[in-house]
Amino acid sequence: MKTTGTIAAALLALAMGAAGCGGDDDSGDRGGSSSKPARLVVSAASSMTRAIEECAPRFGDQEDAAVKLSFGGSDELAAQIQQHAPVDVYAAANTKLPDKLHADGLLEEPVAFATNEFVLAVPRDSGIGSVEDLTEPGTKIAIGSESVPIGSYTRETLAKLPPDQEKAILANVRSNEPDVKGIVGKLTQGAADAGFVYVTDVSAAGDDLKAIKLPGELQPQVTYGAGVVSRAKQPELARAFVDGLTQGACADSLKKAGFGPAP
Amino acid sequence: MTRGWFPVALGACLAVALTFLTLPVVAIFVDSSPGDLLASLGEPGALDALWLSLRATAAAIAIIILVGTPAAYLLATRAFPGRALVVTLVELPLVLPPAVAGIGLLAAVGPSGILGGSIEAAGVELSFTTAGVVVALTFVASPFYVRQAMAAFASVDRSLLDASRTLGASEGRGFLSVMIPVAMPGLAAGTALALGRALGEFGATLMFAGSFQGVTQTVPLAIYDRFSTDFDSALALSAVLVAVSAAILLSVKLVQRGDALAGWEAE
Repeated sequence: MKTTGTIAAALLALAMGAAGCGGDDDSGDRGGSSSKPARLVVSAASSMTRAIEECAPRFGDQEDAAVKLSFGGSDELAAQIQQHAPVDVYAAANTKLPDKLHADGLLEEPVAFATNEFVLAVPRDSGIGSVEDLTEPGTKIAIGSESVPIGSYTRETLAKLPPDQEKAILANVRSNEPDVKGIVGKLTQGAADAGFVYVTDVSAAGDDLKAIKLPGELQPQVTYGAGVVSRAKQPELARAFVDGLTQGACADSLKKAGFGPAP
Repeated sequence: MTRGWFPVALGACLAVALTFLTLPVVAIFVDSSPGDLLASLGEPGALDALWLSLRATAAAIAIIILVGTPAAYLLATRAFPGRALVVTLVELPLVLPPAVAGIGLLAAVGPSGILGGSIEAAGVELSFTTAGVVVALTFVASPFYVRQAMAAFASVDRSLLDASRTLGASEGRGFLSVMIPVAMPGLAAGTALALGRALGEFGATLMFAGSFQGVTQTVPLAIYDRFSTDFDSALALSAVLVAVSAAILLSVKLVQRGDALAGWEAE
């Protein structure tokens, strides 16, 4: 009978582990001398992938923490937080989503930490030179889906055009991508002729793409917002990370990647 | 006393496995009320996605069966040098992550892929088209069918085919009138697995064909698109996909059982 008990206990432990019941071991105080480094989970918009990947290890070394990064469309990341994913910091490509999470009590007061420029991206050798060129029938355009910030900036911008132009451009849209990476990938692979992305994505894609600046009156104000998740397991560390986005390691990386300072 | 522990452990393992595997599926139905479910399906985007998924999957399955059945027959009935390598290559997409499938398809038949130029010259457009979705589904789903079909043909009693040859039937005739009917339960099982894989395809479709309502946005892509904005609608579409997949699995089980019984009675 003793074996039975052992096996049953092992199975129970297995089941509990699978169900996540035993996952509280990293919730202790941060940086205790003998304990392993605290684990900070950062969810950031795809467009910041390069910059954050560069500065996160430095932040981790400074604070003796293991920083775990998750990149995706800002809206998906927000939805994960709504479903109570174990995330400590949320950094989005707009201020609308962090504000909404804050209003729902899921995020502490968010801060604006950077700006980006919304541009038209085309392959390097493309003949497309302006937004008007996108009205040409047969032009294949990839944009962000409506729910992701790049997609709503795109629709906001197109709505400022004369209605017939807006209609012609929307008729040429061939894909609604769930995040910026999808748009850039379709452009670099030659599947799409043009797409709307952030200027930082164009520079991150190297020589493959070129950015076409939009006239001032068409440009949306692209401000990035970040905050500490209310249920964060590492709230202090998370606050330090968010502060570091405006001044510190990550602020430098963001600047280097082409982001502008907070407004 | 110690005699009874083994069955208990088996039962406990089954209970753990069953709970773990059914809970997410049950949760999808518990979380969405039937009313919400119907309301979400009334939305045109959802119906477009379902219709597209069914069309693209049907086309992919047709291609898989037409080309895969003879290919599997050859692999199952002939010995030739390098056969093991060929089988491994054919089965490889089984273990490829969908993202790798997507990148591979882009590199092979994408607009700037190695065959991209000739495909374009032939007037075929794959990116952002339903044809591209069918290509992605066919690539990821065909090994599921071919593998099962090979096993089914290999287990057919060769003397049946030999008998038909003795009676003067050509090999082609024997393949159609003897091998296929006898291997049918295995072929049906392979079809069901391929159907399930094709219906659920996500990553390769998104990377290779894009996402556009009614053209390339299949049900899994529509679920992902709604995940952030409309969780209820994502749940409803998921529930439909679960129901369709379960129906496929169940019908194959019934077909197999029917065949087994028919075979039993005939003997």
